[in-house]
Amino acid sequence: MLKDKDRIFQNLYNDLGSDIVSAQKRGDWVNTKEIINKGRDWIINEVKESQLRGRGGAGFPTGLKWSFAPKEVGSRPHYLVINADESEPGTCKDRDILRFEPHKLIEGCLIASYAVQAHVCYIYIRGEYFVDGQKLQAAIDEAYEKKLIGKDASRTGWDLDIYIHYGAGAYICGEETALLESIEGNKGQPRLKPPFPALIGLYGCPTIINNVETIAVVPTILRRGGKWFASLGREKNTGTKIFCISGNVNSPCNVEEEMNIPLKELIEVHAGGVVGGWDNLQAVIPGGSSMPLIPKEKCETLTMDFDSLVAEKSGLGTAGVVVINKDQDIIKCMARIARFYKHESCGQCTPCREGSGWMWRMLERMAKGEASKDEIEMLGDVTKQIEGHTICAFGEGSSWPVQGLLRHFKDEIKKRNKFDPIVKENKNIPYLVDQHLLDKNA
Amino acid sequence: MSLKRPAKEQPENFVFSSSSLDMANKIIAKYPKGKQQSAVMALLYIAQRQNNNWIPLAAMKYIAKILDMPYIKVYEVATFYSMYNLSPVGKYFIQVCTTTPCMIRGANKLVEACKEKISENESELSPDKSCSWMEVECLGACVNAPMMQINDEYYEDLNKEKTLEILDKILKGDTPKAASYRGRVNNEPENNRKTLIEFKNA
Repeated sequence: MLKDKDRIFQNLYNDLGSDIVSAQKRGDWVNTKEIINKGRDWIINEVKESQLRGRGGAGFPTGLKWSFAPKEVGSRPHYLVINADESEPGTCKDRDILRFEPHKLIEGCLIASYAVQAHVCYIYIRGEYFVDGQKLQAAIDEAYEKKLIGKDASRTGWDLDIYIHYGAGAYICGEETALLESIEGNKGQPRLKPPFPALIGLYGCPTIINNVETIAVVPTILRRGGKWFASLGREKNTGTKIFCISGNVNSPCNVEEEMNIPLKELIEVHAGGVVGGWDNLQAVIPGGSSMPLIPKEKCETLTMDFDSLVAEKSGLGTAGVVVINKDQDIIKCMARIARFYKHESCGQCTPCREGSGWMWRMLERMAKGEASKDEIEMLGDVTKQIEGHTICAFGEGSSWPVQGLLRHFKDEIKKRNKFDPIVKENKNIPYLVDQHLLDKNA
Repeated sequence: MSLKRPAKEQPENFVFSSSSLDMANKIIAKYPKGKQQSAVMALLYIAQRQNNNWIPLAAMKYIAKILDMPYIKVYEVATFYSMYNLSPVGKYFIQVCTTTPCMIRGANKLVEACKEKISENESELSPDKSCSWMEVECLGACVNAPMMQINDEYYEDLNKEKTLEILDKILKGDTPKAASYRGRVNNEPENNRKTLIEFKNA
């Protein structure tokens, strides 16, 4: 288990208070000026050396992303945008950072803004987190008052303004270009990439977009060194991560742990075990609803990091672990996830808009045992028609969980859906178009 | 996206109160000159708060004028995002999360409680017109499942009895306290804390 002193979010459970005085006691804002004085290249190199990968789901190397920002500020200003539109079912880590460790985020914003030469930072918070957003706003006000941000932020000579922008209940706005559209006052429909936001982003200006957790760990990385962060976890999957363990466990919780921790340890030690014992485990969704589920057999030895989960044809995503035990109907669970995606599809690309509804309706019927045999193959086909045929990754996000279900629980679906549409009895139906479907020998 | 229809009965006029207007101007100032359209989401929220938790068409026209943008673009935004109510909801607006992590911990019991206490169908006002409820997608408090949101506050770790209690209170006009209803602190593992122990009760 990770040692407490190596935990970045010491106030994850709000034992210590989230105000600025308590935050400073924990080491936030202590030597921000010295860190920034070491210069842009040093900061970006140190982040690269830490091998920090984005915590929002895709796992893109953060240092690399920052280095995409133009080196010189041209006629267009640069922007930093923080993605706090946490809506992935199974994930609730950013909320705790917003309400309990806001100063880590704000300090990270200052450092990141300096590194990518942005004077304005927008934090996009999902509308439902209004109360948590208010807490962050209070922390931002504190930071302004102490001159930690604003004009000549922390006496570094860098000006930074941080503004909160509330979303309004659209999951798709967690997609970075949809988020930009939303800040610009449009419907949240993703843009085609390229051009990537690092060159043409918010208001057509270079924009770097990072997840809350990614930015909030940066100050600690710079204080303790990229090498320290890289020493945790394993190669290319370094550092610590907040895992959210929900579903059928005895004590669902958020916990910060080292990358590459065994899934069994997360569930058994931190979350108090599966309801009904480990043998009652059915499957685990390892990284938020859009990642394919993993059946029990594989959970025994699985370790939680980006690459080992990709090897299992799943993904770490946001590290929202949803535990499903044998008391649950797995098809129903997935049908509910499909309904989520049907509800949240932005409607821009046809395969996703129509396909997400198809998948949901088919799964609902399969849960009731009303689907026909060949619909199982057809469902797999539909997921393939969506995946890779949409502007943004929502297509993958909605079809992967269904593919996961088909990969691991096909027998279960087959057992329940025995209905065969071919007419067995050779009735004399002259007007039937599908004569060839009639069973000749019946 | 979800099906949204503006209410049939619409007020003729809508203007911001002076406090709303102040707030709106502060928000517009957050965005670069000429990009005032960015404030449309925030202004819709302000309108919603001022107008008993729903946005009439007149408010959209008014906001379009303030922000110097076409009315249809405001309408587009208001109908795209699910948190803008386009028809009257109760003074207490209850949103029950029923996505998978909540579902497998018994969110349907919360829905049952709402049906018993408030109205048979979602988005219908209670008999005294003070409450309405609806099922929503993931509210992002999955480790505190099942949960629901009443206006701005989260009510977590619920079961049917606790939900009935909360609903009884709001039907009487009280505002029950938010947060966990199993007595746990925030997101810590209940009775099973293995990390950051030295700070506990510090």
